[in-house]
Amino acid sequence: MMSLAGVSKTFPNGTMALEDISTSIARGEFIALLGPSGCGKSTLLRLMARLEAPSAGAIAWAEGQPKAGEIGFVFQDATLMPWASAAENVFLPLKLRGQARTAAMPEVKAVLAQVGLGDFAGAKPASLSGGMKMRVSIARALVSKPKLLLMDEPFAALDEFTRHKLQEDLRSLWRQSGKTVVFVTHSIYEAAFLATRILVMSPRPGRIAAEIRSSVAEGAERRTAADYIELVKEVSGILRAVMPA
Amino acid sequence: MNKTLERAAPFLFGILGLGLWQLAVWGSGIPVYVLPGPIAIVQAYAGDFGTLNAAFVSTLSVAAAALLVSAALGVVLALAMAASTLLRAAIQPWAVILQVTPVVAIAPLIIIWGNQPFMALVVCATVVAFFPVLSNTAAGLAATPRDLLDLFRLNGATRLQTLFLLRLPAALPYFLAGLRISGTLALVGAGVAEFVAGSGGFSAGLAFRILEAGYRLEIARMFAALMLLAFAGIAIYGALGLLSHLMLRRREI
Repeated sequence: MMSLAGVSKTFPNGTMALEDISTSIARGEFIALLGPSGCGKSTLLRLMARLEAPSAGAIAWAEGQPKAGEIGFVFQDATLMPWASAAENVFLPLKLRGQARTAAMPEVKAVLAQVGLGDFAGAKPASLSGGMKMRVSIARALVSKPKLLLMDEPFAALDEFTRHKLQEDLRSLWRQSGKTVVFVTHSIYEAAFLATRILVMSPRPGRIAAEIRSSVAEGAERRTAADYIELVKEVSGILRAVMPA
Repeated sequence: MNKTLERAAPFLFGILGLGLWQLAVWGSGIPVYVLPGPIAIVQAYAGDFGTLNAAFVSTLSVAAAALLVSAALGVVLALAMAASTLLRAAIQPWAVILQVTPVVAIAPLIIIWGNQPFMALVVCATVVAFFPVLSNTAAGLAATPRDLLDLFRLNGATRLQTLFLLRLPAALPYFLAGLRISGTLALVGAGVAEFVAGSGGFSAGLAFRILEAGYRLEIARMFAALMLLAFAGIAIYGALGLLSHLMLRRREI
């Protein structure tokens, strides 16, 4: 659905964040962008979202440039509007495109139910836990039915238990919906658990150092499966090789 | 029980202080034109009830009008400064200059220029009061979370949508904090302006009554006006606190 050709990004202060990134993303893939802090993976995600323009190279879209709302974005923090209820926060992308509240509410409620928050439509962010806020944030990204879902280390600030649960739920959501997901993370385990393809990035300037397709079988035992553990070992080895001593 | 006592504590402390004050006045035989006791002050207030209450209403309405103008002016200027860096560069130094110039020094000019006394008083009080609203609202608009701005962009929000659905609600707590500071400053400004303006034309305010009572050595009446002025300050502060509580309850920030 999208292909990047020789994409580089240099910031005005001269820092080269990304250098010569070329890859293509097919419909329905779950891509993990894996790399250490400061390797430019978030910048790459922002380029894909067209929040920033590349300094060189081009990003081509197979079905034409995405329109407003066709890209869903989930940030590292839930970044909900604290003055609005969960439902109002999820309604926001539809509201910005002029949809009436009464017409949109069934859809909003359905998406909240999809992320497991069917009973919390009226709750204000202050009364929700960190994991629940992130669920609202994911619902907000899904409500406009985006073709592409971009996620920037969304679970990094959550505790291990909540993170595992959210990873499992995200994965089954992806399997049901068939959406294309690009997921930035610095956790090898997270990348190996979630993705169908892992792009390992090297730091400063960020480049794609390796590309690994996951062949881990679907199923409830995924996290303890032998091929999952093999994949973690393989990715760890690659990361060790690309990190400067 | 403990909570009730805590609530009552300021009043009990006040009553204790007033009692000691009255006892000291009685015990020392200090003349009433030097230091009146609380009882003499209440008597002075009762004796001049109509005039002092009219002065109270007058000062409070100047302060309230100045606060409203400050709020509107502060928000409009903050929006202009947030909208364009050129406007920010143009406005900011002048706002600071106006803020640091003592109002006592410019009040006589404003009183001379303003041919309508009420307006002149409001202008003086506004000069003193508008800056906290301006600077706080500007800070609030600048502190809009970047991720939310990105989210609005991704969803094709217009500038007006971003302003009304994101920037203004995000700046609201900052605005309200500025308004509370401006509220008490508006009263200070109103008082200073009255000192300069005297009673001329518009019904005389509390600060003028304080001056007048001082000239006539009616010290008890002076204290009564002072008491009303303090009460006006408490009323403004309390009302703005309540407003802020009502507008921000159940919000995270």
